[in-house]
Amino acid sequence: MNESYYLLLGALLFTIGGLGVLLRRNAILVFMSVELMLNSVNLTLVTFSRTTGTLDGQVMAFFVMVVAAAEVVVGLAIIMSIFRSRRSASVDDANLLKY
Amino acid sequence: MTGATLTGETLTGQTLLAATSTGEAITFWVLAPLAVIAAVMMVLSKSAVHAALFLAGVMLSLAGLYAAQDAPFLAAVQVIVYTGAILMLFLFVLMLVGVDSSDSLVETLRGQRVAAFVVGLGFAALLMGTIASAVVEADGTVTAVGLEAANEEGNVVGIARLLFTDYLFAFEITSALLITAALGAMVLAHKERTAPRSTQRELARARFSSDHPFPLPGPGVFAGRSSTATPALLPDGSESPDSVSAILKTQSYEAPSQGPSAVRGAISHTAAVQGSVDDSVDGEKGEHR
Repeated sequence: MNESYYLLLGALLFTIGGLGVLLRRNAILVFMSVELMLNSVNLTLVTFSRTTGTLDGQVMAFFVMVVAAAEVVVGLAIIMSIFRSRRSASVDDANLLKY
Repeated sequence: MTGATLTGETLTGQTLLAATSTGEAITFWVLAPLAVIAAVMMVLSKSAVHAALFLAGVMLSLAGLYAAQDAPFLAAVQVIVYTGAILMLFLFVLMLVGVDSSDSLVETLRGQRVAAFVVGLGFAALLMGTIASAVVEADGTVTAVGLEAANEEGNVVGIARLLFTDYLFAFEITSALLITAALGAMVLAHKERTAPRSTQRELARARFSSDHPFPLPGPGVFAGRSSTATPALLPDGSESPDSVSAILKTQSYEAPSQGPSAVRGAISHTAAVQGSVDDSVDGEKGEHR
């Protein structure tokens, strides 16, 4: 095997995460699929960091993790507030863009 | 002599693209199928809690792959931040929203699932075909440098050196991002109080004017088992539906079979005691005073 197998694995996981975003209706599950996509990109970044022999890719993956943490906090708060007003966590139910 | 120069070249990281150690190959072929299977199960699983646990499996496998790729710091951060913090946040929100909020199986757009599968297959073919063709084209000409030189002082030291020199501005902007996220979460999750807080006197008055001046029976009280899904038994032996949480009721709860006779005897004894307590609450018998 060589390093490109990691890239193929990352591509496969990214596709599975994208399929999850397209297929699931529960907002929390959609969010988990987005996290899976971010993780697969991290794997690709780490692999490229090793291929180029510099640590920049790992620093990029670190920043992706930080941004993902911030994104999860805000996203789950949005899901909570939508659930509180509509008693539903389904992405189909939130179809009115109003206060 | 040529052997010595060859190993010297290998040590400085001039390995060919096709050369990774067998230990790493074993790690990859154990963890990669695990990650893919867990990811597929995450997308397909009906229960959101199962999906969260499968996602934990994917993240732990990826942490192992990071460790195999000379990124021990990221592997630790992956376990601590992703699996430890983010996924537990997911589970907290799942519990707050309610475990029973599973997906509806009704397709709102007709043919959306088939279309999503076709799009997914096409995307996977495109992405993996691009990678494979690039690798085949570059085979033998491009060499993987490896991180031995970059990790000479240690992986954490190397990352810190980059983070506090080249990426210092981005790192400091990150603090603004985190502050904004924390404030935003507080603002979004904040619940404005629309009615004034009721006093203890009002609460007591409302309680004694209701049908239940006494507390509702706890779930599983005097029942044959200790599950919270088991309803409490009333003094006449019937089950009290008030004692089971509304969320548990939505989850296709079935009434348990009656317990053994010894338990039934204990129930009839305690039921008599509870009946007299209920009478004293009603104020008809004064013997408990």
